[in-house]
Amino acid sequence: MPEYVARVGSRSYRFESLGELLAKATPARSGDELAGVAAPDNETRLAARRALAEVPLKRFLEEPLIDPAIDDVSRLIFDQHRPEAFAAIEHLTVGEFRDWLLDYDTTGEVLQGVAWGITPEMAAAVSKLMRNQDLILAASKIRNVTAFRDTIGLPGRISVRLQPNHPTDHPQAIAATIAEGLLYGCGDAVIGINPATDDLSNTMRLLSLMESIITRFEIPTQSCVLAHVTTQMQAMKRGAPVDLVFQSIAGTQAANSSFGVTLGMLDEARVMAIELRRGTVGQNCMYFETGQGSCLSADAHHGLDQQTCEARAYAVARRYEPLLVNTVVGFIGPEYLFDGRQILRAGLEDHFCGKLLGLPMGCDICYTNHAEADPNDSDNLLGLLGMAGCNYVMGVPGTDDIMLGYQSTSFHDVHFLRQTLGLRPAPEFEDWLVRMGLTDSQGRLAEGRSERLTAICSELVSIAE
Amino acid sequence: MSDPPVKPEVGQPFGIQVPKTLTPARLGIGRTGGSLTTREILDFDLAHARARDAVLQHWDLDGFENALKLSKSSQLREWPRLRLASGAGNRAVYLKRPDFGRRLAREAAALLKVQPQCCDVAVIVSDGLSAQAASHQAGLVLDHLIQAVVAKGWSLAPLLLVPYARVGISDPIGSALNCRASVILLGERPGLATPESLGAYFTYEPRPGRTDADRNCISNIHADGQKPSQAATMIVATIEAAFRLGKGGVDLSIAMSEPGNRSD
Repeated sequence: MPEYVARVGSRSYRFESLGELLAKATPARSGDELAGVAAPDNETRLAARRALAEVPLKRFLEEPLIDPAIDDVSRLIFDQHRPEAFAAIEHLTVGEFRDWLLDYDTTGEVLQGVAWGITPEMAAAVSKLMRNQDLILAASKIRNVTAFRDTIGLPGRISVRLQPNHPTDHPQAIAATIAEGLLYGCGDAVIGINPATDDLSNTMRLLSLMESIITRFEIPTQSCVLAHVTTQMQAMKRGAPVDLVFQSIAGTQAANSSFGVTLGMLDEARVMAIELRRGTVGQNCMYFETGQGSCLSADAHHGLDQQTCEARAYAVARRYEPLLVNTVVGFIGPEYLFDGRQILRAGLEDHFCGKLLGLPMGCDICYTNHAEADPNDSDNLLGLLGMAGCNYVMGVPGTDDIMLGYQSTSFHDVHFLRQTLGLRPAPEFEDWLVRMGLTDSQGRLAEGRSERLTAICSELVSIAE
Repeated sequence: MSDPPVKPEVGQPFGIQVPKTLTPARLGIGRTGGSLTTREILDFDLAHARARDAVLQHWDLDGFENALKLSKSSQLREWPRLRLASGAGNRAVYLKRPDFGRRLAREAAALLKVQPQCCDVAVIVSDGLSAQAASHQAGLVLDHLIQAVVAKGWSLAPLLLVPYARVGISDPIGSALNCRASVILLGERPGLATPESLGAYFTYEPRPGRTDADRNCISNIHADGQKPSQAATMIVATIEAAFRLGKGGVDLSIAMSEPGNRSD
C-alpha cells in the first residue's frame, strides 16, 4: 500500500516509504543519482516535496528509515528522543515546521528547547523544503556554545581550526605552519593535524609537539591529532597529552563499522578524555567530522539519500557533547556533490541540520580539483555560513592541503568575514592575540617586520628541533 | 639523523619564510590587509587552471599509439594493442558515475572474448582523471615494464587502451581474459603541484568482487615524484612476489614485508 501521495496537475505520484519520499524530495545531487535514489525528473521531485510537506512530524517516530534491529544509529535516534521537548512541535507537519522555524517568535532559545525533540530525519525532511536563505536564517538564530580552553560559538564570533598537515608529518614543517597560522590569528577552534601515518608513536610525537607550543605560549586553545579513535585511546593510556578525541562518523552502523568505529568505542574514549580534565573553561572534549556521501561510498546507505544519512550522523555526534563538529562538504568528490552549486547547498543543509539538533557546527568548505568548483565557490559558501552563524571554518596555508590533496579555506579567508560581518575570534583567544601583539584590538594583523614576531616564530619552530 | 636547523624569518612578504625543501605548504605568501595578494591569487589560479585542464582534457589515443609505434624499444613497438570502451561514454558521465567507469562497454566485452585466454599479465592504460598523465608518463612506464616482463618469461595480453576507466575495470577484463594478474596505469586526481601524476594498480587474479584491499598501488608517478622506471621495477617486483606467494593486496604487502620473503 503506497502511503505518500501527491497530485501535480493531472498526475498522481505515489511514494512507497518515508525513505523514498525523502530521497525524491532532495534537491538534485550527483550522489543520490549514483545511488539510484534521486527523483527521475524535476516534477517528481516537486511532487515528493509536496507530499513531504503534508507528513506529520509524528510520522517519523512511527516509521524508522532503517530497522533498529540491524542498525544502532536508528536505536540511538529513538533512545535520544525526548517527548517533553517534542511537545511544542508534535502537532506540526513538515511544511508547518518550516513555517514555524522562520516565525519571529521562534527564537534561538525556543529552538534549543526543542532540539532533543527533533530527530535527524525531521531535520533532514524540513531542510528539503527550505530555500538557501531559510537554512541561513533558521541556523543564524541558534548559538550552540561549547568550551574547552576557550569558548566557541558565541554570537558575533567565528573561530578557525588551524590545520598544519604535512605529507610526512615533519615536525619542523608542522611547527612552521602552526606559526604561520598563529601570525594570521587562526587556531582558536583547535590546532588539528591529520596525520600522514596513523600509528601510535607518530600520534604521540605530534601531540607532544603541540602541547609544548600551547604550553610555552599559553595559548587558550586545544590540540588534536586526527588519528583513528583507537590510536588516540592508546595514546591516552600511555599518558599522552590528548585534549580532544577525534573521529570521523557517519549515519549508519554499517558505515561506522567501515570506519572501524562503534558507539561503545566512542563512549569509552570520551570517558577517558574527560578524566584527563585538561579543559580550563569547559569540558567539551570530542571532535567529529562528517560529510555527505560517506554512507554510500561504504555501500551502507540502506537506500537513503546522502543528506538524510548525514543528518543521522549528528545523532551520533550529539551523544558526546562535542566541542567541535564539522561537515567536510566537498571532500569526497564530484560523484557525490558535482559542482560548486551542489557543494554550497549541502554545506548550508549540514550546518542547519547540525545546529537544529544542538551541535556546535563548523564547516570544512572545500573542493577537489576534479569537481566543478573553484575558490569563488568557496568564497560564496564562506560568506553565507558567516551569515548563518557557523562556529568555525578551516585555516590551511593558501587553501592547499598538501597532505590530503584538496582545497579548503586559507588563513586569510576568515579575515574576509571579520571585516565584512564584524566577526571576531573566541574571546579568550582574541585577548591572547592582542596580548601577544599578533593583532590589534580591531582584529587587524600586526606588521610583519617586528622583531618580537620573529623571536616568537623562531622559538616556536625550535621547539620541534 | 637530524634535520638541518630551520631559521624561520618573519618579514616581507608577511609570514614565515622556510625553504621549500622543508615543506611545499604555501607559507609566507603575504597579504594585503587580511586578503591574499594579486601575485598569490595568480599563482594559485594557474595551478588550479592546470589541474582543471588536466581533468577535462580529451585523451589523444591516436597520438598515444603513434608515440608507442615510434618507441626505440622494439618490444614496445611490436606489442599488440587493443582499444576498449568503458561503460562511461564521455567525461561528464565518467566524473559522475564511477560505477560505469568500472564496467566494460558491451562491444568491448565481446572483443575480449575472442582474445587468447590464460595469459599471465594484462596491462591496461587509461586517462582516468588526467589525460596528461597517461600521455606523458604511461609510455615511459610501459617502456621499462615490457622489457622486464618479457625477460621474466611471462605471457602478455595485448596492451589494452581504455579511456574513461576506473581501477575496478581490471576485474571484468581479468575475468574475460582469464589472466593471472593485471596492472592498470591511469591518471590520478590532479593536485596543485602537478597535473600529470600517474597511478599504477596491481591486482592478483583480477575477478569481479575484488576490493581495494585486494590491490597494490604505486602512486605519484611523475617527473618529480616516483620515477617511471622505478615504478616499473616496483610493479615487476610486485607481480613476481604475487606469483610466488599466490596472493595480492594487503595480504601480499604484509607477506612482502616479512624478512624471509624479501627478494631484494
